Amino acid sequence: MKALKILILVLFAGILIYASSDLPFRGDPDNLMHAEESITGTTVKGNYFIQNAYRDTRTPNMVTVVLGDYRSIDTFGEQVVIYTAGLITLLVLRRSRRRGK
Amino acid sequence: MRDQFQSPIVLLGARLLSPYIMVFGWYVIIHGHYSPGGGFQGGALLAASLLLIRVAGGSKLAELQIQEFATTPLAVIGVVIYFATGLVAMAAGGYFLDYEALPIPGVEPDWLRYIGILIIEVGIGLAVMAILVMIYDNMVRGEDYA
Repeated sequence: MKALKILILVLFAGILIYASSDLPFRGDPDNLMHAEESITGTTVKGNYFIQNAYRDTRTPNMVTVVLGDYRSIDTFGEQVVIYTAGLITLLVLRRSRRRGK
Repeated sequence: MRDQFQSPIVLLGARLLSPYIMVFGWYVIIHGHYSPGGGFQGGALLAASLLLIRVAGGSKLAELQIQEFATTPLAVIGVVIYFATGLVAMAAGGYFLDYEALPIPGVEPDWLRYIGILIIEVGIGLAVMAILVMIYDNMVRGEDYA
C-alpha cells in the first residue's frame, strides 16, 4: 500500500515536470500573453497596461500600478474584507466583562 | 504558569530582531513602487515585528510598544486613508480613486498617480498591521502568561 502511494506521487510529479517543460519562458517578449493580438484575432486587453503603466504613473513596478491604480477599487474591497475579518474576531472571540463577573 | 515560559534569551532575541523587521516592513511598503512588495506584504511584516514582542514578552511588555485599545482605531484609520483618498479625488472633480484629480498644486498628473499609490499603500499597511495584531490580542485575551 505504501509502495502504491509513493508510485502515485512519483507519477504525478513526473506529469507536472513534463507539463512544466512546455511552459513559455518568463519575460520572453514573444509570449502569447504579451502579444497585441491573440490567436483568434482579438486584441489583448493586458497589452494596454504593459505599454502605458510607466507612462501613466512613473512607477516601474507594473504589478503595483495594476493593483493600486487600474484595479484600485478591487484592492479597496480586499482591504474591507480584511477589516471585516478583524471585526468578526472582535465579535466572536472577545469575552464580555459582564459575563465574566 | 507565570514563570514557566519566561526566558531572557528568547526575549533578548525578540528585542533584537523586532526593530529591524519593522524597518524592513516600512521599506517593503515604501519601496513597493520599484521592487516586489506593497501594502499587504509590508503590513504583514510590521505585524510580525509587533507579534514577536507579544509572544516573547507577554502583554505587559507589549503595552509599551502598541497598546491593545489602539489597534481597532489604527485599522479604521488605515481604511479611512484609502477611502478618503478616493473621496477627495471625487470631490476635486475626478472619478472615485482617480488620483489625477488629487488637489496637490504644482505636480504633474503622472506624478500625482505615483503619490496616490503611495498614500493608499501606507493605508493598506496600517490596516493589515493593526488587524493582525487585533486578531492575536483577541485570541490570547485572559490566557496570557506574563
